[in-house]
Amino acid sequence: MYGLCDCNNFFASCERVFRPELNGRPVIVLSNNDGCVIARSNEAKALGIRMGHPFFQIRDLVERCGVAVFSSNFALYGDMSRRVIRTLRTMVPAAEVYSIDEAFLDLRGIALGELTPLGRTISRTVQRNTGIPVSIGIAPTKTLAKIASKLCKRYSRLEGCCLMHREEDIEKVLRKFPIGDVWGIGRKHRRMLQEAGIATAWDFTDCSAAWVRGRMGVTGLRTWSELRGEACIDFENAPQGRQQITVSRSFAHELTDRHSLHASVSTFASLCAEKLRRQRSLCGELTVFIYTNRHREDLPQYFESETLRPPVATDDTLELVSLAVQALKRIYREGYGYKKAGVSLSELTPKQGAQSDLFDPVDRDRRARLMAALDAANRQFGRDRVIVASRELDPPQMNRQHLSRGYTTDWDEILTVKA
Amino acid sequence: MQDSDSTLRFIDPETSSGEDLAGPGGDLSSGFPSPAEHFTDAPLDLNRRFIRNPAATFFARVEGNALRDEGIRDGDLLLIDKSVEAFDGCLAVCFLDGEFRLKRVEIRAGQIRLYPSDPGHGSAEKFRNEELSIWGVVVASIRKHL
Repeated sequence: MYGLCDCNNFFASCERVFRPELNGRPVIVLSNNDGCVIARSNEAKALGIRMGHPFFQIRDLVERCGVAVFSSNFALYGDMSRRVIRTLRTMVPAAEVYSIDEAFLDLRGIALGELTPLGRTISRTVQRNTGIPVSIGIAPTKTLAKIASKLCKRYSRLEGCCLMHREEDIEKVLRKFPIGDVWGIGRKHRRMLQEAGIATAWDFTDCSAAWVRGRMGVTGLRTWSELRGEACIDFENAPQGRQQITVSRSFAHELTDRHSLHASVSTFASLCAEKLRRQRSLCGELTVFIYTNRHREDLPQYFESETLRPPVATDDTLELVSLAVQALKRIYREGYGYKKAGVSLSELTPKQGAQSDLFDPVDRDRRARLMAALDAANRQFGRDRVIVASRELDPPQMNRQHLSRGYTTDWDEILTVKA
Repeated sequence: MQDSDSTLRFIDPETSSGEDLAGPGGDLSSGFPSPAEHFTDAPLDLNRRFIRNPAATFFARVEGNALRDEGIRDGDLLLIDKSVEAFDGCLAVCFLDGEFRLKRVEIRAGQIRLYPSDPGHGSAEKFRNEELSIWGVVVASIRKHL
């Protein structure tokens, strides 16, 4: 059996953990630059606020109904996501991160009768330990597990876990499930299917394999098979975190000024990113390290490293350089001669099959084209003809008027408790 | 790999010995082998000692001196573990009347009371609200003197 653990209204739920007075109240989270709504609590949904709703259009409603508004606090959401995943991993044989708020659970080998109690325990434990409410869907395939978890969100009597394995149950559910909401069916296919008169997931399973293959290719066929109970999408076999890409150099003469070190670190990050793209991976973690000359004991010694995580696993040079520069800023100290520096990328995952995240701050398609152009230009004209103009300043300021505190990532912003 | 025993990661700034850190591209030329090589234990780690469940551990700062007699002062750092079930006599962060409050928990005959108690609440409602209001148990309080 496959499980899917899906956090309920994740970003909004993250904010509520530290603002319990907002439980039961309408809450929304806005995209970068406070442009549009990217998360809503159930109460906000009930007010008619849609996903992607431009904020300026609902200002009146927000004020009238006392909707709590937040800017995206990715530092917080990323940290809370890690906590959820970590908690899941202590309770199931394996958990595969799918997105910032979803993970597939490997439940193979667990007795059928134990699945629902386990699911409910997982749900309760995650909520208790992290404050985040989750829905667990369990079914014979990943695609069906996703559907089960959606059901779970709708019906509170399921107590956080929905197991769907009997054919008659699956049929009942699929007959009412819109085909457009099925995982793996994109906008184009949705339109095509609607025009062909296929409205529900059940209608879709009734089509012939040949027809599906012809109109939607192998991926469409995979989704079709999965809906029919045949597991085609397995767990990732490559274990995460075993690989690492590092670029580091020792300098001929110690570097004593920030600018040179900055330029070097930016270059190392760029080179790492190129290697990353060549092996078609994404990275979830970046480390910058700097050290002074260990052999010159007459000079002051300093070694430091800093690890940062992008909000979404990435292979983008611009993002990785920016992250590397941020990391360097945190560890650089005046007064030392740095002899060696490096950048290390870890938590590598395969690029293929990576979901494009709706809440991703970067336009991935556009960036991918830029990266391809960058790589092509460098190949044609020689190494480093086209490079990132590294800035020393912070990344461009975003409009984030409703940003909550870094409760779990910044010592100056942790909770205050009255005694 | 299960990481149920792992704690917050921290990178050890080792600069004195001839050993290089594994990982970041360094070469592993050790100098003279150390006589302590086979006997070394990991250095003392505060994280390992105090944080049993990193995913459920949160921090907060104390404002006010109502629990001064219990040794908690304004400005102290609290280490909170949301996975620990509240027990009689524990210190807990609770959410009451719209704010986070630090309380001592008393559990008698299945009933939960919080101290110092706030005046002006009906007793039956108080019990139910107080049980629901517990946000996390305080595992440690930390005070810096520098």
